[in-house]
Amino acid sequence: MVGKSISARDFDWLLFGVLLVISILGVVQIYSTTVNTSFAGAHRKQIGWIALGVVLMFIFCVVNYRELLNQAPWMYVGTLGLLALVLVLGNEIAGARRWLRMGGASFQVSEIAKLVVILLLARFFSETEYKGLSWLDIGKVAVALGIPFLLIAAQPDLGSALTLVPIAVVMLFLAGFRLRYFGLALLAGLLALPVTYHFLKPYQKARIATFLNPESDPRNAGYQVLQSKIAVGSGQIWGKGTAQGTQTQLRFLPVPHTDFIFAAYAEEHGLAGVLLVLLLYFVLLMRLLRTAATASDATGYYLIGGIAGLLAFQILVNMGMVVGYVPVTGIPLPLMSYGGSSVAFTWMAMGLANSVRVRRFVN
Amino acid sequence: MGIFLLLLSGFWRLQVLQPDYYTRLAEQNYIKNLPIAAPRGRILDRAGRVLVDNFPSFTVIAQSDYREQLQEHLPAIARGLGAEATELQDRVEDSLRKSPYGPIVLRENSSYPDIAFIESHRREFPELDLVTVPRRLYLPNGFAAHMVGYVGEVSESDLDRPEWALLRPGAVVGKSGLERQYDSVLRGEDGARRAVVDNLGREVAVLDEQVPSPGTDLHLTIDYDLQAVAEAGFAGDQGALVALDPRTGAVLALVSRPAFDPNVFATGISSEDWARLQGDASNPLLNRVIQAQLAPGSVYKVLMATAALDAGTADASTTYYCPGSASFYGRTFRCWQAHGHGRVGIHQALVQSCDVFFYNLGKDLGIEKMADYSMQFGLGRKTGIDLPNEEEGTVPSPEWKEKLFRQDWYAGETISVAIGQGALTTTPLQLAYSVGGIASGGRFVQPRLVLPNELPDEAGSAQSVHQIALSDETVKLVTDALYGVVNEGGGTGVRAKVVGLDIGGKTGSAQVASVQMARGSSEDDLKDNAWFVGLAPRRNPEIIVAVLYQGGEHGYLAAPLARDVIKAYFDKRDGKLPPAARPAEPAEKVAAAPPPATGHGPAG
Repeated sequence: MVGKSISARDFDWLLFGVLLVISILGVVQIYSTTVNTSFAGAHRKQIGWIALGVVLMFIFCVVNYRELLNQAPWMYVGTLGLLALVLVLGNEIAGARRWLRMGGASFQVSEIAKLVVILLLARFFSETEYKGLSWLDIGKVAVALGIPFLLIAAQPDLGSALTLVPIAVVMLFLAGFRLRYFGLALLAGLLALPVTYHFLKPYQKARIATFLNPESDPRNAGYQVLQSKIAVGSGQIWGKGTAQGTQTQLRFLPVPHTDFIFAAYAEEHGLAGVLLVLLLYFVLLMRLLRTAATASDATGYYLIGGIAGLLAFQILVNMGMVVGYVPVTGIPLPLMSYGGSSVAFTWMAMGLANSVRVRRFVN
Repeated sequence: MGIFLLLLSGFWRLQVLQPDYYTRLAEQNYIKNLPIAAPRGRILDRAGRVLVDNFPSFTVIAQSDYREQLQEHLPAIARGLGAEATELQDRVEDSLRKSPYGPIVLRENSSYPDIAFIESHRREFPELDLVTVPRRLYLPNGFAAHMVGYVGEVSESDLDRPEWALLRPGAVVGKSGLERQYDSVLRGEDGARRAVVDNLGREVAVLDEQVPSPGTDLHLTIDYDLQAVAEAGFAGDQGALVALDPRTGAVLALVSRPAFDPNVFATGISSEDWARLQGDASNPLLNRVIQAQLAPGSVYKVLMATAALDAGTADASTTYYCPGSASFYGRTFRCWQAHGHGRVGIHQALVQSCDVFFYNLGKDLGIEKMADYSMQFGLGRKTGIDLPNEEEGTVPSPEWKEKLFRQDWYAGETISVAIGQGALTTTPLQLAYSVGGIASGGRFVQPRLVLPNELPDEAGSAQSVHQIALSDETVKLVTDALYGVVNEGGGTGVRAKVVGLDIGGKTGSAQVASVQMARGSSEDDLKDNAWFVGLAPRRNPEIIVAVLYQGGEHGYLAAPLARDVIKAYFDKRDGKLPPAARPAEPAEKVAAAPPPATGHGPAG
């Protein structure tokens, strides 16, 4: 029934091409960084997840996003339940409970949570669109966001939790929330900073301290930033060549196939390679914004806006970290970083965007 | 859009604006420079037997690139090496101050437990490395210690010397003896290895290696067999011995006692050991052969007789009556023989060492001429032996006294100097050189431990030869008297007699210790210094041995010791004494490392 009125011609093939190219660059880089390590073969798993992601994208494209939005509250409640479950049953890796095992695979519930929050907020804002945002609405958004935020931050995974904030900010902005309110919110946030800092874990405090002065602690958190900057800087304009980066191959660069994959990429492919990827992400975001602008209803507009905001934030924070602009947070680079959950949910989000796109002429 | 420009600026800043900075940091990460120390040349005796060798030792170094990491690990490393953290801390600070980018030496001459600790903690302490460093291996018991000297780390002030200006801090250089004298020959050129390492400091590949070039072996004129005889002769006594071949200037044996163990210096001497050596009243670091400046006593009579004969103030027929003492310038001077020698000529005066005869000789010759001849015969100046810090001794004269003390010369002083006392001082080497030159007909050849033809061109200086025209008659008179000292009844040196050998000699004793010897002196130090200078054959000798025995009661041993060395020389020459197969065993102190496999046995 749902597929009847949509056409393959309306599917965003350009977006699909861009996604594939970025993914392939990611796979090549994962291969290059893991070939001589115990992670060898990781690129094959990544290809599998991309394949899964492509399938998910087409499924979510075919599914009418409006149907999905109707289910958003339930999904939201279910996600909160899963997040609570993670805290109790999650696999503990390196002192953090972030993964739930399902069958043979484990996945990060926080990735689902991002998408569900976008769905929920898209539905919420589309309902409030005509009457304008009240302070009560803002409060509702804050609560809807606050609960998963706290649950994810408790894992602890501050990076993922923080990702929820720009989603809300972008969507609030799209919903007409005035800029001066943002100023107010920013002020409140700044005032809350010392309080927040008090509740941070020691390693999180250390990360902030070393972000402000990386050379102070070169072997730990600051070490990661410093090694990343060295990798990027020594790549110069043309890079050292695939699998030729000394920072990457001799493992001075930390986690070069996940969080710091772009540092490895920048070392081996130089500024030229960086420009190519930045261009691809730019095209990707532009396509999403264009789709949002042409959406046939407000929910589609908010939905894609939230997704674009999420992607832009992840790109900014991850690459910002790689060049030393942003503290180390553990936020992966969408599509390139190794990791099934991130890949699957990014493609899923792209499916949702296409679901909006292919229905722009129908009502 | 703004996001992308911001990110682009980040990459631009790193990759375009400061690419060389980060490229250098990347290289610092993965390229490790390891020094490879060049072995010093060995020191061999005249037959090629090894007197000084090298053995491999392991040094624990830390890469200075990892200094923060090192600071963090230092307490754990100190525990592993069984060292005080403060000691390692001092080493780190010292090293970084001297050479901010050089490797930091944490432990020299590592034991097997040290090595095991480092090897098993490479992952934990990637900043640490073990490098093989060849160390000096000297013969035990201070054998030939003063001659060969010792090595040590170049000091900061040393680095200002032109010959060492290009060395890096921590380089090992010769500090004394031959090690110092021929440092430029012995010292090789260190190499280096650049290796690729991963983040755990493991070597992945070698980029390039600059092979160290070892130092050149030094072939000495020393004969190990004679040296061994000389070393054994002192037992626990203080003194010095030097044996020369006056024909060539070759030094055949050179001993100074008490000795020190140069092996203590080979792996870095502790400050306590150094303080102990420095503070030792017996002055073990002093090379008495070239640094003890003592009154030559009656040995000087050889020079006096030659001078008086050459100047014509005395001849074969000159005689004086010795009643046991004589009065000059209103003062009485005793002869050592209280009941006197009666009337003696120059031959008997030398044989019996009559003081009164030489008082008269001195009075007739005068201090100016005595000083002039003494200088010509090699006193009061360096012989030019190829060892550092040779002393000149003192030849007193009115000008000398005026210059030094602003005092007039007393005529009585001339009388004292005539029998080798007063302000006159000489080194044992000067006496061997001087008497040897006279017995060789006035040909004084600069003593050398390494003959110039054994040295690379740039290191070898020409050997100087002073020729003085002495009449054959003078030489014959003096050398016959020296033969008499050893072989005639009443001679003072009969203990040196060997049937069948043409040995001559002269005894001497001096009661006054020089300023240098008196430093930190006890009464014991001021006892008689016994001299014996022996030579064979009496004219144009092949060997001359000067022996100084300090500490009085064993002074009579000076002549037999010279005799033993001379006898060993002729026994060896005539094939009666088989040369020792090999110098003694390596010192136990350094036995932590395997002893060197040299295989340089006797060369016949």
